[in-house]
Amino acid sequence: MTVILRTEALTRVLAGVIPVTLVEGIDLEIARGEFVAIMGPSGSGKSSLLYLLGLLDVPTAGKIWLNGSDTAGLGEDALANIRLKELGFVFQFHFLLAEFTALDNVLLPIRRLGALSAREARAKGLQLLDSVGLADHVNKYPSQLSGGQRQRVAIARALSNDPLILLADEPTGALDTRASGSLRDNFQVLAHSKQCSVVAVTHDPSFAKAADRILFLVDGKLQPPDRAAELFDMSVR
Amino acid sequence: MMRLAFTIALSHLLSRRRQTLVSLLGVTLGVAFFLAVSSLMQGSDNDFIKRLVDNSPHVTVYDEFRQVRPQPALLFFPDAAVDIRSVKPRTEVRGIRQYKEKLALIADFPRVRVAPVLVGQAIVTFAGKDLGATINGVVPDLMTKVSTIEEHFVAGSLETLASNPNGIVIGTGLADKFGVRMGKNLTVTSPVGVVRTMKIVGLFRTGTAAYDDGQAFMLLKRGQDLLNRPNVANRLILKLEDPDLSPSVASAVEAAIGYKSQSWQEASQDLMSLLKVRRIMMYSVVAAILIVASFGIYNVISTVVLEKTRDIAIMKSIGFHARDVLAIFLIEGATVGLAGSLLGTGLGFAMMLGLSRVEIKSPFNTEPTALPLDWGLFPVALGIGFAMASSLVAAFLPARKGASVHPVDILRGAA
Repeated sequence: MTVILRTEALTRVLAGVIPVTLVEGIDLEIARGEFVAIMGPSGSGKSSLLYLLGLLDVPTAGKIWLNGSDTAGLGEDALANIRLKELGFVFQFHFLLAEFTALDNVLLPIRRLGALSAREARAKGLQLLDSVGLADHVNKYPSQLSGGQRQRVAIARALSNDPLILLADEPTGALDTRASGSLRDNFQVLAHSKQCSVVAVTHDPSFAKAADRILFLVDGKLQPPDRAAELFDMSVR
Repeated sequence: MMRLAFTIALSHLLSRRRQTLVSLLGVTLGVAFFLAVSSLMQGSDNDFIKRLVDNSPHVTVYDEFRQVRPQPALLFFPDAAVDIRSVKPRTEVRGIRQYKEKLALIADFPRVRVAPVLVGQAIVTFAGKDLGATINGVVPDLMTKVSTIEEHFVAGSLETLASNPNGIVIGTGLADKFGVRMGKNLTVTSPVGVVRTMKIVGLFRTGTAAYDDGQAFMLLKRGQDLLNRPNVANRLILKLEDPDLSPSVASAVEAAIGYKSQSWQEASQDLMSLLKVRRIMMYSVVAAILIVASFGIYNVISTVVLEKTRDIAIMKSIGFHARDVLAIFLIEGATVGLAGSLLGTGLGFAMMLGLSRVEIKSPFNTEPTALPLDWGLFPVALGIGFAMASSLVAAFLPARKGASVHPVDILRGAA
């Protein structure tokens, strides 16, 4: 098992008159090709943990190793480069650029990376949209797509840079049951067939059930596996 | 990355079409008015300077010195403590000494033409009417090379003086006051009491009333005779191929012959500083127009930054750098600035074309004159440069705000 992401005593405290601890002492390992679901009640720090894992936020204490490299002390540009090359993000709301077509949205990270020619980039974008079942919607604007379709465009965009890890924050939050099921299948294929680790924050037990491992956060603290299983069972009931 | 940034910038501007159009119009009108007004101002400046340069000598050598001549004792004992008091200056005969030698010396200067003149006052009388006039004793063939007076003749010419030793050329203003025309005889009386009867052989009209009313030309020899100053000239008039070199030529001439040599710039210092003040006023007003126009750009980009905060957050989460975001919004400002500048340049030239067709008629001048315009490219470069600079500054402030967006703050708020 190759560990692709590791954290040690990860803590994030929001400074202020009354400091707020978002997550505390998180020790975590994510293997290559593993599909991990993070669950927990609202305000338990799931999204905050995801932002830390995605290097969007900087921990107050603790460390993150990505693909064996320590990310502590890296500047904003270096972190942006890692996000550009090695991470993919999917959020609850699709966050597509409204003035860009589905294809242009997918091509955004590729074009920023600048590693492919225009023709190669387009071919890759079309292939990604095809893989999420949107081959017929490449030139449509987000306003012309349904919620599920937009989310699939967002997934195609998140995968366009061939990330090591896909980080998803409530990806099914705005989707119906059918679209959620389809997305869950996509994530499984991604993790198991394409060896892209998936870390997804979710409230949806049926979605989490498809994951290889379920982590449970309560008050910013990661619960031990047996307690996590207990809490998951309670959430199903 | 620049192509991508430009695509995103353009999509932002197109998403706020009406606001973008208004700010574009602001820059366009700013640049257009800048060009039209500066062309008119520069044109009138140039016209004024051209008239000044054409109608006055580029350098005039006077029969005087800038500084009092040092006493021989001071020259002889430069290191001694010499103190000379109550010096009574020697009464000198006015005029440029050995002017012919000095004339030859100056004539050797490259691209310089020179003519001697004896200037003095006289009373001109006709039919019992006396009027004061400044008489200029000239050598016609040399004078025509250093003066544009020949272009202003309405009858006769300066050359006619050469074949008429008793001839006199006067302005139409003076002629009208006497009610005389070509061929009439005038009586000219100098301050030293010499009286000569002279025949009008030429009439000129420069359009400058003071000149046309009070100047008269005659042969240098006749002027010397009339003023009782044989072999004397009290002015040397220089014309240069390049009038801008006048100050340096004046310095060189003064260093060579010692007499005060004054360039046209020095002689018209007050007018030149007036033109400078006029130019400063114009640039201040037009700069204010462009600064006001840049508020439009600030407005549209601020709105876009505010509207697109979520897009900025997502772009930064994808891996866009802060400088990429800064570049996107600066490109937006630059695009509006450049498009406004180009449209403004076109509109400005159209306005200049329209202005060039406007003719104004002076009540004292029978011929209508066109508005003087300058078609130089410097105001275009200045207008575009200023519009671009103000656009970029206006865009920079919201762009910096956009670049500093922390994605987590936005994502957390949106979730």
